[in-house]
This record gives sequence, structure tokens and C-alpha cells, in this order.
Amino acid sequence: MTLLDFARGPALSFAYAVFVFGVAWRLVSLLLLPRNKELSQAKPGAPSVFSAAVLGFVRHLWPQKAYLRGTLFATLNGYVFHLGLAIIVFGLAQHILVFQSLFGINWPNLPSSLISVAAVVTLASLVVALVRRLTSPVLRLISTGNDYIAWFVTTLPVITGLLAVSHLGAPYETLLAIHILSIALLLIVFPFGKLMHAFLVFLTRTGTGIFYARRGAEI
Amino acid sequence: MPDNATIGELLARQGISRRALLKYATYLASIMALPPAASVAMADALAKSHRQSVIWLSFQECTGCTESLTRSFSPNLEDIIFNLISLDYHETLQAASGEAAEAARLSAMKANKGKYVVVVDGSVSTLDGGIYSTNAGKTNLQVLKETAEDALAIISVGTCAAFGGIPHARPNPTGAVAVSDIITNKPIINISGCPPIPEAIAGTIAYLVTLGKIPELDHLGRPKSFFGESIHDRCYRRPFYDKGLFAKSFDDEGARNGWCLYEVGCKGPVTYNACATVKWNGGVSFPIQSGHGCLGCSEPNFWDKGGFYKPLPASTGENGTIVAGALVAGAAVGAASAALSRSRKNAAKEKQP
Repeated sequence: MTLLDFARGPALSFAYAVFVFGVAWRLVSLLLLPRNKELSQAKPGAPSVFSAAVLGFVRHLWPQKAYLRGTLFATLNGYVFHLGLAIIVFGLAQHILVFQSLFGINWPNLPSSLISVAAVVTLASLVVALVRRLTSPVLRLISTGNDYIAWFVTTLPVITGLLAVSHLGAPYETLLAIHILSIALLLIVFPFGKLMHAFLVFLTRTGTGIFYARRGAEI
Repeated sequence: MPDNATIGELLARQGISRRALLKYATYLASIMALPPAASVAMADALAKSHRQSVIWLSFQECTGCTESLTRSFSPNLEDIIFNLISLDYHETLQAASGEAAEAARLSAMKANKGKYVVVVDGSVSTLDGGIYSTNAGKTNLQVLKETAEDALAIISVGTCAAFGGIPHARPNPTGAVAVSDIITNKPIINISGCPPIPEAIAGTIAYLVTLGKIPELDHLGRPKSFFGESIHDRCYRRPFYDKGLFAKSFDDEGARNGWCLYEVGCKGPVTYNACATVKWNGGVSFPIQSGHGCLGCSEPNFWDKGGFYKPLPASTGENGTIVAGALVAGAAVGAASAALSRSRKNAAKEKQP
């Protein structure tokens, strides 16, 4: 069995299984947790739970004016690499093939050159995020191993993917195998660390929106 | 034709001039990417050398490799077997049969001890002593060991001889293995492909005969001159890959426009062979030019890589069951941990005064 056979076969199957197991475990355990009964009266004129949830989510898409000065750069940089990752993951023809093989659906791909530009920008943005984390005293203090692991497993596929597409440093089959293995690592780590925010962000931000809207607090 | 005549003498008798020989050697040198000076050396060596004794053994195979060789245009089969080599044993091409054929093999082995070249096409059955493929009362395994014993070198022609090929594919009922799994003490050149490009077979034999040495090989024992680059890197459709223009099926606009076949399962990026450059049928075409993706037939285990039409990035495993199982297990563990938390909360509530 070659490295590519291993990556495309057992490694991906194992990674998919761990990912689905972990995400199901964390989401189900969280959603079934006993919740405190809401004892307060809803403020008159408070929006419905659904509107409050949507408003809470939308409101958090951009920082409050009072905090903007300190967080503007981090917010913008965050948008850059999140959008970059989305363009790469959902726009590259090779990636769409993976979704097609898993879910049977496909969509038109973006030009490869555009994806390459997006990947380079994303990589630069991720590096900037790390530099900021390492150089900002406060951020450094509150950072844990979990943050660095999340950064590493996210950045690694971007680097290996760029190398695979540009055929740099090794034969394509080796580069592709390494890229697939780096994705497998991402999928395995995903449910058990901060990357889970990709799912949990919808719970936390909507939950906060509902909580404060009921009390008439502006967020 | 006397066996002791040199190739030069034989050619002169047929009215083939030194100029024609030089031209021929130049072609051989260029196809194998040798420096221009090599053609003169090759022509001189050719003229002075005796015809190389070759014993061709056919094992678990379909004769496709021999069929391929018969379609070699330059050097063509007649050039090879009448001028370059003395093909002393080849079950399909020789006139003799039965005892006489076997006697020819044994006498060639005796007369050219330590100097003959063994060409093998087909994999070797090893299960139950190799009884699943026999010839003249002997298993392929016995014949290979016996013939390879005093050979100068072995050329494994085709993916079956080189890597086990189709007989080696799961579930491999005959215990088929490659020649290199059995013979470990002789130089082995693998010319893989299903079948190999005829010029790759003929060119390698010609190289061995004219220069008397093994060509530079890659990590899988294949001549770098034919297997040094991937199909993808030399494919004329490569610009479409780079632009992200792909055929989505064999009958869509992309297919009609001749776009890259990566999405319909082309294995060109991970396959090393000369199809995109030397091509087939005298340089007429090759599979991708004819509209079908590369099957990766010159790579080991090409039959067991998840399907010819499954694109390279797709997982080869059957993930449905394993993922469904993981989902149920994850949900169950999650529900159990929530229930535990609930019972703890209730217990704490009961304790309160």
C-alpha cells in the first residue's frame, strides 16, 4: 500500500468516523444538558425567540463601536482567513469532487488561479494571526495549547494544498497523500478542540441574543 | 543464419549500410534521451556485438504485452528478433512446440550461460507451490527459478511481471507475485504497463543489447527514460487542469472541448509512463487523447485503487457504514453524558435543605 492509498483509504475513513463521532457526541451532550428554567418575565416588546436568535447572531458579526478600535484588525483578519478558507474548500474543483463523492452533490468550481491567490492570502492571514497571538502580551497570556493546535491543523492543509497544486518539492502522489493526511488530522482534532466553534458559534451567539433580548438589553 | 556472426556482418549481408545503422542508433538514442554521441557508440557496439540471446517466458498473462511488442514501429519487431537479438524461446512467436520448444530453451541456456537475457511477461503463481499456472509439466515458479539462475539480467515486461498486475489484484486466488518478489539476485528491469508501450519494450531491449548495461532506473525499477515523468506533467490537456477547466462526464461540453479528465477519474497525475510523449500506434494517439482518462496501468496495484472513474481526491474506502456507526455511537455517548449530568443535578437538588 502506497502512502496515497493509505491516505485515500483507511486514513480518510478513520478521520471521517472520528469527526462524525466527536461532533455528534459534543452536540448531543450539549443540547441535552439540563437547562435552568427561565424565571424572569420577558420585557414587554421583547422580540420573539427566533428574531432574538437571528438578531443576536447578526449583531455579533461586527464588534460594538466601543470595542472597535482594539478589535478591528483581529476582526478583519479573521474575516480574511475564514472567507479564504471557504473559497478554497468550496471553490476548488478537486475539493468539490470530495463533497460529490460523500454527498452526491456538486456545484461549479472557481478558476484554479483564483483559488491559488485565495490560498496565498489565507496563508498570510493565518501567519499574521499567529504573529499577533505571539506578540500581543494579553493574547499570549490567555492562549493555551488548544489555540496553537487549532492554528496548526488549520494552516497545515493550506500549505500542503498549495504545494500539491503547484507540484513543489515532491512527486504529486506524495504531495497529494500528505495533503489528504493533513486534512485527516484536521478532521480528527476538530471536534475536541476550539475548531468546534464552527458548529458552536451558532449556539453561543443565538443563545446570547435570546438571553439578552428577553431582558431588553442591547448587545 | 550463423549464430557467431556479428550484427554488423548480418546487416551488411542484408545490404543495410553503416549510414542506415547510424540513423537507427540515433533514433534509439533519442527515444531514450541519451546524448547525441551515444548514437555513434551504439552503432559501433551494435555492429561489433553478437546477437543477444533472449529467452522470453510467458506466465500468468494475456499475451497483450507480446501483442504490444508486435506493434512496435521503431525498432519494429522484425528489426529486433532478426537483427538485434536471437529470440531463442517465445511460446507465441516460435515455430517449435512441445519437447522441441523446451529443448530450445535449455540449449540456449547452456550455450549462453551467464550471458542470456530473460524476458518475463505475466505474474508468477506461488500459492500451493505455484500449481495454478504450469507449462510443459513445470510450474511457472520452477521455470523462472531455473531459467533465471544463469541469466545476465531479467526484463519484466508488463505490470503483471513487474508488480503482479491483474492476477495479483484482490482476492489474488493464485498467490500471484511479481518476478522481483522471487528473483532477488539478478538485475531486473521493470517495463510496466498494461500493456507497456511497444517502444519502451523494444527500446530497453535495444539499450541492453547495444550498450551492454542496465539503463538508469526509478525507485520501482523502471527505465527513467520512459517512466521518468508523469502522464499529467506531459499531457497536452494540462493547461486545462491548471485553469480549472474539467470535463464532468464523457459527453458534456467540457469533454467535447477536450478539457482535463481529472474529474472523471484520470490517474495521469500519479502515473509514470511515456504515453503522453511516445504515444501509441506509431505516435498516433494515447488514451487521454482518445477521450478517456488514464487508468494508471503502469503503477503497482492499479486494479485495486478504488475504481477507474473515481477521481483522485475522493476517498477509496466505503465510508457509509463506518460514518453511520460513528454518528450513532457519538450521539449515544453524548446522550449518556447528558443523562449523567442530569442525574447529578437532580441528586444535588435533593440534597438541598
